[in-house]
Amino acid sequence: MNNPLLSVQGLRTYFYTGAGVARAVDDVSFEIGAGETVGLVGESGCGKSVTALSILRLIASPGRIEPGSRMLFEGRDLLALSEEDMRHIRGNRIAMIFQEPMTALNPVFTVGDQIAEVARVHDGASRRDAWNKAVEMLELVGIPAPEERAKEYPHQMSGGMRQRVVIAMALVMKPALVIADEPTTALDVTIQAQIIDLLKDLQQRFGTSILLITHDMGVVAESVSRVIVMYGGEIVEQATVDQLFAKPHHPYTEGLLSAMPRVGHERERLQTIPGTVPPPTSWPSGCRFHDRCPYAWERTRVEHPPLYEVEAGHLSRCHLAQEPERRLQPHTPLVAQS
Amino acid sequence: MFTDAIDRTRRLLHGLGGPARVALVVLLCFYALALLAPVVAPYAPSQQLDIVALKNQPPSFAHWFGTDRVSRDVLTRTLYGARVSLSVATLAMLVAAVVGTTYGLVAGTLGGAVDTVMMRFLDALLAIPRVLLLIAILALWNPVPLSMLVLLLGLTGWFDVSRLVRAEAMAMREREFVVAARSLGARRGRIMLRHLLPNVLVPVIVTTTLGIGNVIVLEAGLSFIGIGVHEPTASWGTMFQEGTAAFAGTWWAALFPGIAIVVTVLCFNVLGDALRAVLDPRHLPRSRIAAPAATFAAVAE
Repeated sequence: MNNPLLSVQGLRTYFYTGAGVARAVDDVSFEIGAGETVGLVGESGCGKSVTALSILRLIASPGRIEPGSRMLFEGRDLLALSEEDMRHIRGNRIAMIFQEPMTALNPVFTVGDQIAEVARVHDGASRRDAWNKAVEMLELVGIPAPEERAKEYPHQMSGGMRQRVVIAMALVMKPALVIADEPTTALDVTIQAQIIDLLKDLQQRFGTSILLITHDMGVVAESVSRVIVMYGGEIVEQATVDQLFAKPHHPYTEGLLSAMPRVGHERERLQTIPGTVPPPTSWPSGCRFHDRCPYAWERTRVEHPPLYEVEAGHLSRCHLAQEPERRLQPHTPLVAQS
Repeated sequence: MFTDAIDRTRRLLHGLGGPARVALVVLLCFYALALLAPVVAPYAPSQQLDIVALKNQPPSFAHWFGTDRVSRDVLTRTLYGARVSLSVATLAMLVAAVVGTTYGLVAGTLGGAVDTVMMRFLDALLAIPRVLLLIAILALWNPVPLSMLVLLLGLTGWFDVSRLVRAEAMAMREREFVVAARSLGARRGRIMLRHLLPNVLVPVIVTTTLGIGNVIVLEAGLSFIGIGVHEPTASWGTMFQEGTAAFAGTWWAALFPGIAIVVTVLCFNVLGDALRAVLDPRHLPRSRIAAPAATFAAVAE
């Protein structure tokens, strides 16, 4: 990709806790092009949100972005910026949408006031102008009667409306990149579809790039062009959405896809991946997925797999790339054996 | 914006409920009477009307609350006493609220080692019994000017407020909207003043309201044992002390300031409790403008 908007190279974010060093994000590299929507998927605890917060440098102590990590955004090294310069990027060039719209809004201010605040922080807009901007943004995200709605408090709105407000806040400055951290997880299914449509619509209008973090493969299928699958703090597979759904390579991705309900297969019992994500203080040796993997063999227990290129633009961190015949002999994973 | 404020006040008053509204009206009347004491009081506060003929007079139409042993009008002195008692207590709690909120907010926002040091210091201060400390200081500093009494009461009364604010600020700091504000580029100072302070104000207002009642009792108590407010300045505490010191027949000299203390403290407590219940913004009614999503769901059903 020529001149990507965001280029993350070897990002490591570790937390120094009493229980040991939690390697929440461990050597993650990816790129996001201008106007592109990239999906970041994985179970809870695999490092998605920490990756997002790392891009904005919002990791609080005892967490730390390790030296050697590099993040280039619009040609600037984010990790070399002063805190003040970084502040100008947050909300202005990169904005974030959070999972729970109730807690992402301040309960004591009207929603209009909170949207206006962004314009006041970054534009130095007057109270009047910022308020008008807020009303305009509410209209843009499809809130009816925006003039009146702007004067309401977050608790007076429904979940879907609140998420629209959060999106309005993120888009005030027309950022180049929006990081949406599970923006639909806390919402009803019908509202989820509306919010995804809204994001797609706004992206087309403003040409914003979106990093969509989710654990919902359905959301991925309908809204992104490229997918990054994370497991155990690492990227385990990266592909276009077509490649990923047609030919998933990594057993973890396979598991995620078969855990997704599909039309036409209603009668079948949904598959699950046995076990849970191990704690980030003690990732397993070799392949971090080996104890949950139905194809694991001796090599996966000792040798940490690199990212293999299995086809053009399709990367997978699995030794099956070199020993594809192993895929024919699935067995019960280690964690399910005892 | 202005109509908005009026609207909010009306809603607040409505939400308070009957007893608290009565308490609020009574307190406002007391403050008004205290403020207007020079206008409404029939005499000057220390005026001795007739030391021989008019001492120890029981309540009558001429002297509603009677007269004391040196022939001063008890009603007049109760009104002037309100000026001292109410202003000392209110200002002292204001000092406590400002100091406590600032201290708690700084500790709670910065966290880490700063917080640890500030909280251990607070623990040390809390280990000192407030009343004994006040008695010790006031016994040595006698008579104490009123402004210093306010400061002493305020500076020994902020510990609870600051612990409360610190705990609230710590809880708020982890909330998503604070992270969201940072992700949108807000400075630390803005986060402290705009996102944390307003969210801790409710408990501060409640504690301060309840605290004024306590300080009135404390001031009365100190004055009662002769080391708070001093003669001839009238405060409810000094009047009560004088009234009980006189012989038992002149009950009115102690009863009226006593009633004033009880009623005021009761009103502050009732009001404080009601404010606690109503000031939480989650009690506001939901919007009546229907969202399209909701309409859709209703149709689907």
